[in-house]
Amino acid sequence: MIDKLSWIAVYPEIVLLVMACLIALVDLGVKTPRRTGTYVLTLLTLAVVAVMEASYALDGQTFYGFGKMVVVDPMGSWLKCFSSITLMVTMVYGRPYASDRDMLRGGEFFTLSLFALLGMFVMISGHNFLVLYMGLELLTLCSYALVALRRDNATATEAAMKYFVLGALASGFLLYGLSMLYGATGSLDINEVFNAIASRQVKHQVLVFGLVFIVAGLAFKLGAVPFHMWLPDVYHGAPTAVTLLIGGAPQLAAFAMCIRLLVEGLLPLAIDWQQMLALMAIGSLLIGNLAAVAQSNLKRMLAFSTISQMGFLLLGLLAGVVNGNQMNTESAYGAAMFYALTYVLTTLGAFGIILLLARAGHESDEITDLAGLNQRSPLYAGVMAMAMFSLAGLPPLVGFYAKLGVLQALMSSGQTSYLVLSVFAVMMSLIGSFYYLRVVKVMYFDAPHNDNSQPISAPADARIVLAINGALILVLGIFPGGLMTLCNQAISSIVNSLGT
Amino acid sequence: MGLLSLAIWTPIIFGVILLALGRDDQARMVRWIALIGAVVSFLVTLPLYDGFKLGTSAMQFVEKESWIQRFNINYHLGVDGISLWFVLLTAFINVVVVIASWEAITKRVNQYMASFLILSGLMIGVFAALDGMLFYVFFEATLIPMYLIIGIWGGPNKIYAAFKFFLYTLLGSLLMLVALIFLYNKSGGSFDILAWHQLPLSGTVQTLLFFSFFAAFAVKVPMWPFHTWLPDVHVEAPTGGSAVLAAIMLKLGAYGFLRFSLPIAPDASHEWAWLMIALSLIAVIYVGLVALVQRDMKKLVAYSSVAHMGFVTLGFFLFNDLSVAGGIVQMVAHGFVSAAMFLCIGVLYDRVHSREIASYGGVVNTMPKFAAFALLFAMANCGLPATAGFVGEWMVILGAVKYNFWIGGAAATALISGAAYTLWMYKRVYLGPVVSEKVKALTDINNREFLMLALLAIAVLYMGIYPKPFTDVMNTSVADLLKHVALSKLN
Repeated sequence: MIDKLSWIAVYPEIVLLVMACLIALVDLGVKTPRRTGTYVLTLLTLAVVAVMEASYALDGQTFYGFGKMVVVDPMGSWLKCFSSITLMVTMVYGRPYASDRDMLRGGEFFTLSLFALLGMFVMISGHNFLVLYMGLELLTLCSYALVALRRDNATATEAAMKYFVLGALASGFLLYGLSMLYGATGSLDINEVFNAIASRQVKHQVLVFGLVFIVAGLAFKLGAVPFHMWLPDVYHGAPTAVTLLIGGAPQLAAFAMCIRLLVEGLLPLAIDWQQMLALMAIGSLLIGNLAAVAQSNLKRMLAFSTISQMGFLLLGLLAGVVNGNQMNTESAYGAAMFYALTYVLTTLGAFGIILLLARAGHESDEITDLAGLNQRSPLYAGVMAMAMFSLAGLPPLVGFYAKLGVLQALMSSGQTSYLVLSVFAVMMSLIGSFYYLRVVKVMYFDAPHNDNSQPISAPADARIVLAINGALILVLGIFPGGLMTLCNQAISSIVNSLGT
Repeated sequence: MGLLSLAIWTPIIFGVILLALGRDDQARMVRWIALIGAVVSFLVTLPLYDGFKLGTSAMQFVEKESWIQRFNINYHLGVDGISLWFVLLTAFINVVVVIASWEAITKRVNQYMASFLILSGLMIGVFAALDGMLFYVFFEATLIPMYLIIGIWGGPNKIYAAFKFFLYTLLGSLLMLVALIFLYNKSGGSFDILAWHQLPLSGTVQTLLFFSFFAAFAVKVPMWPFHTWLPDVHVEAPTGGSAVLAAIMLKLGAYGFLRFSLPIAPDASHEWAWLMIALSLIAVIYVGLVALVQRDMKKLVAYSSVAHMGFVTLGFFLFNDLSVAGGIVQMVAHGFVSAAMFLCIGVLYDRVHSREIASYGGVVNTMPKFAAFALLFAMANCGLPATAGFVGEWMVILGAVKYNFWIGGAAATALISGAAYTLWMYKRVYLGPVVSEKVKALTDINNREFLMLALLAIAVLYMGIYPKPFTDVMNTSVADLLKHVALSKLN
């Protein structure tokens, strides 16, 4: 007997599932190459789901469904709401690009994206090891297929192969780690695992053994060093619309999964996983920033920039617990959540520009393709400049407050080692600002190429969304308070229900 | 909305309007809107001087609104005797710069003017901010428009200069960011600068904080040996950019010493004063000599700026009323004089397109009015009495003699080298026979250039002849600052 609350908990997921199937069918009747009917229906579905999730989030309740297999809490609902919006924006930016490259035929682009989103939803709200794993697999399987959507394109196929092999390996790691924990604690439920570990009845070595594999699996999904190798190749090789699809919303889901597993499940092991996170953060900041300097391809550069940004996010995650004291959890994980959200916002802007500059037969993904963009379109150049300055962490753009929050959380611990880590992080972001500035330089200081001087044509919907996206990067930078409070409240409801 | 908010946001709003409306085929309209914006922005700062109460060191025109509750960051503004003049100076220089760029800039005029207006608002924000994070946001945000100004409208090697400017100053300010967050945690969750002034701190902590702030401000001032970015940037920046950089941006660093380093870490400031004095004296003496051998006029004035800013930091770290007030007066005076020097070079550059001293000679024969102005500013630059340049330097030297005769004596040699490099340049460029066809073809300054130089000339003379309005404003604040710095904060 499944109670009513359980159904309420998964209403948005059901809507998404039904609509994804329906859209696959409807597309059979859509004949236009731009698939306007399917596109509009997809956007409507995403909008409905986003509104539903927002209403759950505003309600602020935490409740479980299906025997604690899934949880509805403000953090999950907000992240699902923002993931839907992110996917909507991705669709708006990506449709002209995809239709120019004949990727919309058959409507798989839309259906697979919706299923990927369903996977993210399950990842975000799963409260059981196996449910989380299922969500992850649904997301990644859709992603593999999406990367390979241009099957006659050699680089895309190569990227898909690489993604698949490494992704399967990482999933295996994760599953193995989860099974170790299941063996040690005898439960798949996150809270029961938490309580079992907190009771200190379980053998520590087994737990840490499993933990290593779990952290490795998560690091792969986030793209943290040393599990980052797939990221530049996949970002580069995948069609740009798909790059944005796997580089945007899934980061939110991966963040949620980190919180579910590491915080809600394994917080008593924080001392152990903090050390791993610290090493990965240092590596990511170092390799991500240094390697990005050497890139001439914009997508590859953004991939390495993602690695470095994930390093910063990990700093936020590891600052939560200090010597077993949990005073800092709310501000640290809240800062990390804010970081993830603002990162996705800026990434959307940056990839949106690449997508809208691309034409049939021209990818426009080299940094030099942006040359003289300010002369061709001050709006596009302005949005890209804001995204770059924000990623570099300059005030008054939103990326600065993300870094501020993480650094504050890190330093409020009072540990000297964390102070050193903060100084290291800001020095790395100095290196980072070099390659972000180079993009601004190319757009503003260089003259346009001859073959690149024709006017930019983009559909009105994409232009409007891009302008809003750019404006948000600045407006949230001037008034970041609301989003910060939202993140902190979302995290505090998690922290308050630990182990219950 | 308070007066300070008005002073900050008026130019920024005008700048945004220019970005939104302006196109190059309406350059005329864009220039006029920019000029109106700059003048209005200057006019709204005048009530600040009018309403400023003398005899108190408390912050005036205070505005305080909660901005980011999560970190207890407030939109907290206020000016005291130390910062008041810089708000007015910034707005004034902005007007002059808009006039100066009237004809020289023909490409993307709206973005150029908007950059300067926004930059001016942001810099006023730096001087008015009483919240550490608000200060940092304004301080850092100034990098963006300046980077674009140098990179888009600069000279042949502009990209190198833009990156050097940006990365060098960012390096310093990132360390300051760590210091600010540290103080936030240390003070129990507050970014209030005035509260930080009262915060007891241990010796090691003070030393670390002192050097974090030093990293940000010494690069910005710039102090020797962190000055190498300045000549490179000045040479490549457009005239207006050089003027704002020398007149205002350098002051952000010196102002930071007064607002952060001295009152927050007074014990460390005393402990490391020898180092600061030594670096300042090197700047004054050695960089002055370096200026002597320059062939490029802009480089020469850039090195002279480093030497003059050396006087400022020297004055601050001698800890007596005369020297600190002298340092602040010198900052204001240098704001007028350096802007004027760079604009003079700009006038020549617009006509001849060369900054080499060697390509000129005998300019006085073809441009007598202009040469007269240039002579006045050259005299002010070497600190002739009755010009603005004299007051500050004289006060600092007097204070230095009080502190230690030899330091005073060493600082005074700068007057000789200053006169040497400025007047020698003047002689080579303006006096003597006409050396080339280009100089022969020069036309004297037009009304617009006359207006812009006359505005600065009035300021320079007024400040030199009657500096009382300047010193009166700062006396109480300086005295209180020194009283505060004399107290130990060790716990």
